[in-house]
Amino acid sequence: MTSPTLAGRHARRFKAPSVIPGFGVTFGYTLLYLGLVVLFPLATLVWRSSGLGLSGLYQIALEPRVAASLQTTFAVSFLAAGIDLFFGLIAAWTLTRYQFPGRRLLDAFVDLPFALPTAVAGISLAALYAPNGWFGAPLADLGVKIAFTRWGILVALVFIGLPFVVRTVQPIIAELETELEEASATLGASRLQTVVRVLLPPLVPALLTGFALAFARGVGEYGSVIFISGNIAYVSEIAPLLIIEKLEQYDYAGATGIATIMLAISFVALLVINLIQAWSRKRFGHV
Amino acid sequence: MSEIAVESFPRIRTGAKVRPVTQDAPVTRYLLIATTLVFSLTFLFAPLALVFVEAAAKGFSVFLEAFSEPDAIAAIKLTLLVAAIAVPANLVFGLAAAWSIAKFSFPGKSLLITLIDLPFSVSPVVSGLVYVLVFGAQGLFGKWLSAHGTQVIFAVPGIVLATIFVTFPFVARELIPLMQEQGTVEEEAALTLGASGFTTFVTVTLPNIKWGLLYGVLLCNARAMGEFGAVSVVSGHIRGLTNTIPLQVEILYNEYNTVAAFALSVLLASLALVTLGIKSFLEWRHADALAAGGGRH
Repeated sequence: MTSPTLAGRHARRFKAPSVIPGFGVTFGYTLLYLGLVVLFPLATLVWRSSGLGLSGLYQIALEPRVAASLQTTFAVSFLAAGIDLFFGLIAAWTLTRYQFPGRRLLDAFVDLPFALPTAVAGISLAALYAPNGWFGAPLADLGVKIAFTRWGILVALVFIGLPFVVRTVQPIIAELETELEEASATLGASRLQTVVRVLLPPLVPALLTGFALAFARGVGEYGSVIFISGNIAYVSEIAPLLIIEKLEQYDYAGATGIATIMLAISFVALLVINLIQAWSRKRFGHV
Repeated sequence: MSEIAVESFPRIRTGAKVRPVTQDAPVTRYLLIATTLVFSLTFLFAPLALVFVEAAAKGFSVFLEAFSEPDAIAAIKLTLLVAAIAVPANLVFGLAAAWSIAKFSFPGKSLLITLIDLPFSVSPVVSGLVYVLVFGAQGLFGKWLSAHGTQVIFAVPGIVLATIFVTFPFVARELIPLMQEQGTVEEEAALTLGASGFTTFVTVTLPNIKWGLLYGVLLCNARAMGEFGAVSVVSGHIRGLTNTIPLQVEILYNEYNTVAAFALSVLLASLALVTLGIKSFLEWRHADALAAGGGRH
């Protein structure tokens, strides 16, 4: 029988009792380091923007050049995440379900956009799609201009977002049980019906998560975009670039304002991802 | 082999090859494989190949010349220095965070993990900006810093800090799920048998997490050496002083010094290839020693 005082002491304890040592030091260091390196600087940004007030933020967002850049950033990121969703699903399916020569190499290369520094990706994409580039020249003959337009931003964001979709969907495809497909086929469904009604539904949460991750990354992306976009004001300027321009003009309020708007969007994206995953755990029993 | 199969399963003798119901029709299969191949050739292989082709465009000697430039050498040295500080810093943090989160139970754990992942959802440019707001001339500590004759922004400390920020979660997010999976039984056994806490960590925990640790450090290092946006905000682009390799690449490219820009890019692209190679090797050979679904950034 436990004495009431002991039980009371346990209830008040922050961490459950354990024989393993080192909680105080490691937990304290984790909080200190996290606080100093991440939370304090981010809090400074929030504090600086609270000085602007909501109306101040609104004013900055409505500045024509800022509004245009935010619009470009969000619209192109959304489109790019959509393209990644489509091709990412195909790539994930192909890489998980089929055997073909070079599959392992291709699978490893999906992570290239994570591993390749964005500046390198940026100048390389710009050179590829420039009017005299490998892809730019034949496209120019067809009258299509990619580099130094909004399409250039789209190309860069598709590149940068692809692994998010593939890597989120791939493990779920690998986990799909073939019994369900067999049951569906046995019950007379065509292959297309099986794919659409049995295989795709459990993939939806992962697809949405991948889309949200690709979108969030696209909104914040800088390095791979600025070389190919040409940075024409009101046309192909992205929001992160405008932050840098404002900083260079010592317009700290402006830079803080745009950054706060972008930060808010990333938090919304993060929240949406968490909600999708919570829903998915309830509905399908996995993330 | 096939003869025996035919003998024992006479229905196959009809000649028609029966496709399992869980397989797509060959047409679908080829179409999807072709789509994947074309998409990855244009979006993944072409940008990588172009880096090497452009760097070699004017011959090997011109390529090598790019590395004898004093500014390029300074950039390489600075990049190595920044990674040499940022990676160990986040390694120590990752170990501490994973130890406290995975080996103990306390309330608010998932919030803590979310906060650790936070830098991944912040734009690199914003990551740089927050440090300008803290340490910049008009920042929180700007006056104090200049009164004491120190500079953080537009100097090496700022670059190190911004790099630490963007690479913050890499080691921790690989180790936390891995150590959570492994539980505490082995450590408890070692402690019961009289090992000290440190001995337990070195002889029991470390061998269990070494591949995951290597995996996290690898990704952390790749990002630390290649970071552009955050570093670009805090560096001030002073040639020979505060330019890392990616920033030097930007300057060279904007000066139309394409060969030199791509030559330095070859360095970073090779780093990326080596990273991908070791990463794939670890996932293939030591999949069981890595966190499931971890390190996917």
